[in-house]
Amino acid sequence: MTDIAHHELEKLTDQDYKYGFTSDIDADQAPPGLSEDIIRLISEKKKEPKFMLEWRLKAYRHWGTMKEPTWSHVHYPPIDYQSITYYSAPRKKKEGPGSLDAIDPEVRATFEKLGISIDEQKRLSGIAVDAVMDSVSVATTFQKELAKKGIIFCSFSEAVQNHPDLVKRYLGTVVPYTDNFFAALNAAVFTDGSFCYIPKRVHCPMELSTYFRINAANTGQFERTLIVAEEGGYVSYLEGCTAPRRDENQLHAAVVELIALDHARIKYSTVQNWYPGDKEGRGGIYNFVTKRGKCLGKNSKISWTQVETGSSITWKYPSCLLIGDHSVGEFYSVAVTNNYQQADTGTKMIHIGKNTKSTIVSKGISAGHAQNTYRGLVRIQKGATESRNYSRCDSLLMGDQCGAHTFPYVEVGNHSSQVEHEATTSKIGEDQLFYCKQRGLSEEDAVNMIVNGFCKEVFRELPMEFAVEAQKLLGISLEGSVG
Amino acid sequence: MLNINNLHVRIKDNGIEILKGIDLRVNPGEVHAIMGPNGSGKSTLAQVLAGRETYEVTQGEILYEGKNLLELSPENRAREGIFLALQYPVEIPGIANSYFLKASLNAIRRHRGQEELDAMDFLSLAREKMKFIKMDESFLNRPVNEGFSGGEKKRNEILQMAILDPKLAILDETDSGLDIDALKIVAEGVNALRRPDRAMILVTHYQRLLNYIVPDYVHVLSGGRIVKSGDKGLALQLEEQGYAWTEGGV
Repeated sequence: MTDIAHHELEKLTDQDYKYGFTSDIDADQAPPGLSEDIIRLISEKKKEPKFMLEWRLKAYRHWGTMKEPTWSHVHYPPIDYQSITYYSAPRKKKEGPGSLDAIDPEVRATFEKLGISIDEQKRLSGIAVDAVMDSVSVATTFQKELAKKGIIFCSFSEAVQNHPDLVKRYLGTVVPYTDNFFAALNAAVFTDGSFCYIPKRVHCPMELSTYFRINAANTGQFERTLIVAEEGGYVSYLEGCTAPRRDENQLHAAVVELIALDHARIKYSTVQNWYPGDKEGRGGIYNFVTKRGKCLGKNSKISWTQVETGSSITWKYPSCLLIGDHSVGEFYSVAVTNNYQQADTGTKMIHIGKNTKSTIVSKGISAGHAQNTYRGLVRIQKGATESRNYSRCDSLLMGDQCGAHTFPYVEVGNHSSQVEHEATTSKIGEDQLFYCKQRGLSEEDAVNMIVNGFCKEVFRELPMEFAVEAQKLLGISLEGSVG
Repeated sequence: MLNINNLHVRIKDNGIEILKGIDLRVNPGEVHAIMGPNGSGKSTLAQVLAGRETYEVTQGEILYEGKNLLELSPENRAREGIFLALQYPVEIPGIANSYFLKASLNAIRRHRGQEELDAMDFLSLAREKMKFIKMDESFLNRPVNEGFSGGEKKRNEILQMAILDPKLAILDETDSGLDIDALKIVAEGVNALRRPDRAMILVTHYQRLLNYIVPDYVHVLSGGRIVKSGDKGLALQLEEQGYAWTEGGV
């Protein structure tokens, strides 16, 4: 790469993380540290029924027997789980569940600044949002309108209060607390998240979304999302997230569970933009997340689309259990790492039912000193006859200090199924850049164009508004990174 | 229009000198053919004119419309009207040809103080030019050069030239890899783009192209220097006698 391109790249990577501000918000916090008492405190604060507390305690005790996983291709100093604050909630100005008026104006202003309006009147129609700050949901919009169709869209806390039967029936059925270290931790201490229930044959008329914001220092964010689509139901769900710029690392260990019954379809899109740390790799969010969907019913479909640009470390594998015959799982991913960011991400497609199909398209982009790993498992079980998988993993390298790694695992248990895997690694070529510049485009526009072209297969899976945001975000994350 | 004086160029990475004192003068309306054996520096000259950063100019100057060309970035050279049709056009996966061309045209138009074209106006312009070089409209929606045959890529370069409307067009081995039919189509396109206010430099290894595009001047490049200049007759002589003939200093 030429000096000019290099310079351009540096300039780009220096670009400020524009969501790095902090808000001065009066918060109700638990003391730092983790113990059964803290879990009891969280459960009590949330006025949870007994089954929840018991479940949390079982998870906590199980977590105590587990070791932090070390198999991923990421490196970080040991996390001191006793120094983290597990509960921090912005104080409401007045009591009253679900009232949008009760929100601290500073909280409201914070979300406004992030481009998330929690005033229903101000929002463009078509998207309902659940806004989560630190440990709790502060507002959920359009609930009444959705309720007319029988759709439940609320914070997890509300769901525990108002729909305990549904929570009890589905919680932990896709990601049990025994699943892995971070899932067990989440089950013990999760404080909020979103809950969504689509009744039979209901096509959700608007995009549902959750916006996660970490604000308080030294806290972890542990949220849980549960989405159930009954027979023939459809929902498109979006998730966005940001955090302030801080020198310390903060832990985000979330769990997402999706359940699709017969003919149901769930489309889950994420634009992850947690604070990535600074140029030297100081600070940033540890994003250790377990996301899994169960295609329980026949002909059901779960589609994951993710654009991962933030976090200092990302460790997540949105997966599908294809249980129902003819069910379909999809995973479309763009993961961008710059500076000292590390990402180990991918998916698992477990084919259990007959004639099940899965598609994996993963695009990894590394710049600076970053390490970007795709890790995926395609398992076709013996009974999953006539099943198919198509996987494609492409890596794009910018500069010569970064790395791209691909670990595809494939297990096929019968002879009537087909698995295809394609992988490429390329560098943003000096010849590509020169070609664009020779046609009058600036270096910056050229890089944006090349990278966006590279990611196109994934971007077109995103809802329109998100696709535009994702393209912009990519530009910001990679500014200056041609090397 | 273009004045090259005593141009010395080396490869940045290894310091090997490729061009060892080139002098060339090109006026508006003229078509110059640069011929020469492999490794003589033809493509280097074309790339240096367009501002390729893998080369370093160690001596000499290039004046373009009276301005010092070497001070301009590649994109500004393009915006000032220099167009290079590449010997190996580059693929840009995922980006539609039309999107690329429109972004390119508008970057140039902005520079010229012209209004940008909207999608509709661009499309009608592109359609008109495509008809002109017998290109199917479906090319507009295909990703830039991806999955194109060799001939399609070259034709795509000519289409870009037609749309971007350059003052100085440099065609680097546009004839290589073309069968005779494709060569004719490309040549017709180029001929139709000849204009009194536009100059062209054709870089080619073979005389064949010059049967279809008749140049005003022919220069023979050998060992990094122009060893012979003449009119179109020179190309024919080369065809008969081979490049070795020029090295004798006849």
